[in-house]
Amino acid sequence: MDILEYAFMQRALIAAVLVGIVCSVIGTYVVLKKLAFIGAGISHSAFGGIALGYLLGLSPIGVAIPFCLAAAMAIGWVSKKGRVSEDTAIGIFFASAMALGVFFIGLKEGYNVDLFGYLFGSILSVSSSDIWLIVGLGLGVIGVVLLLFKEFFFMSFDEEMAAVSGLPVRQLYFLLLGLMALTVIVSIKIVGIILVEALLVIPAAAAFQLTRNFVRMMLLSVLLGVVSGVMGLFLSYWLNLPSGATIVLTAAAIFFLCFLFSPKRRWRRIQAHG
Amino acid sequence: MTISSVVSLEDVWVYYSETPALKAINLDIEDGEFLGLIGPNGSGKTTLIKVILGLLKPDRGRVTVFGSPPDRLGRARSLIGYVPQRNQSDWSFPVSVLDVVLMGRYGRIGLFRRPSSADEEIALRSLEAVQMREYARRHLAQLSGGQQQRVMIARALAGEPRLLLLDEPAAGVDIHAEEQFYELLRELKEKHGLTIVVVTHDIAVVSSHVEKLACLNQTLYIHASPEEVLTAGTLQKVYGCEVELLAHGRIPHRVVEEHQ
Repeated sequence: MDILEYAFMQRALIAAVLVGIVCSVIGTYVVLKKLAFIGAGISHSAFGGIALGYLLGLSPIGVAIPFCLAAAMAIGWVSKKGRVSEDTAIGIFFASAMALGVFFIGLKEGYNVDLFGYLFGSILSVSSSDIWLIVGLGLGVIGVVLLLFKEFFFMSFDEEMAAVSGLPVRQLYFLLLGLMALTVIVSIKIVGIILVEALLVIPAAAAFQLTRNFVRMMLLSVLLGVVSGVMGLFLSYWLNLPSGATIVLTAAAIFFLCFLFSPKRRWRRIQAHG
Repeated sequence: MTISSVVSLEDVWVYYSETPALKAINLDIEDGEFLGLIGPNGSGKTTLIKVILGLLKPDRGRVTVFGSPPDRLGRARSLIGYVPQRNQSDWSFPVSVLDVVLMGRYGRIGLFRRPSSADEEIALRSLEAVQMREYARRHLAQLSGGQQQRVMIARALAGEPRLLLLDEPAAGVDIHAEEQFYELLRELKEKHGLTIVVVTHDIAVVSSHVEKLACLNQTLYIHASPEEVLTAGTLQKVYGCEVELLAHGRIPHRVVEEHQ
């Protein structure tokens, strides 16, 4: 295909594949452990970090990394304390972090930032240093998941039992929130702060419709995430549409197909009769 | 604490904000005991179990399990097997029966390492002990309530525990399955020399199967044989209402409660 002769398109393709993989792996836990709203909270709080980096004249993504990690830990800490309910805590954090972002941008004189790109993704402007960041963080996230695969599996299924068995559930929970924060960072260039939630949830939710096996669910999720990324990228190029939104809508279309043709309802019927 | 005590609680108090959930609990559970822990809903039964498991730190008092505080058991933690209330698990989770039972080994395997074929063998033997081996490859949602409960017991057994704690194990299971279930527990206790604690609000069935009963309603009223408990008139005190016993033979096995 001749469009792949452009260097920016090659980089976009590599980025879309990597982000599809990382989001779908972490997304499996997000869906099964019902962390979708926490994911939205973490991703929106990244905006505060981006704006702060911009205000200080530093790399926006570079500042967003510690900012987002801190927000993830804060959300986890407040919700585990139990004095404020989890969804309230998230509501407070993500609105405040976004407001902080708007505030920081207001402090900066002149208004010529490509904020829209951070909010909704600008995959065609992925630089080679962005690719290295995505590869580095992505491999780190997947490495941690592989290392603690059985621990995250048990904790997602039954946190209390995992604690009773002596797994360090608290630390694992915060680690998972940290991995979610890094996944958000990895995805910002591709789909943006507002839309990253979709890639965390949709491929895994679609895969959940198709299988009853955890490992298969994760692999299917990766496959669907990568297909959404690549298909969305090509569609956006050919039809001249915004890439982040096209990727997300492709993923959503795949989800609806999986939902419609899910064998789960058939399984349930068999069980009811048998 | 006597030497043969597996669990020992001394003057244990637990508060939820201002309200005491457990008051001045003293309880020694001996090695090999088959104990039914009974009490009405909201009497602190689950709280007591969580204290023994180390999931909840008491506000006052001392807890020892196998000679150490439950949150400092370290590797000895796998000596405790726990079967939580049935409705606490997510039955749609993509996990096979064998995977669930293998989770019972995770505490013994340790961080980072994968289950070995020896672990799988132990998991399969645990399934066999509850007569569920042929369901190993099934998905959880394909099992009946009683079968799911057996899988949870198999998971607890896979950790090779010495103490087995079960929270409302027979909830949602029909009476026939419940009888079979207690038979199974008795068998496991004899075969593996387990100490078993069953928590339930169903006095009737449990009292005809266990060796000891403990009655809880914030405080612990009595810890004795079922005969003593049922004749002592303690139940009225514990439940705060009339409890009528229909006795057949020596051991009553039906209780009718009239709530005010």
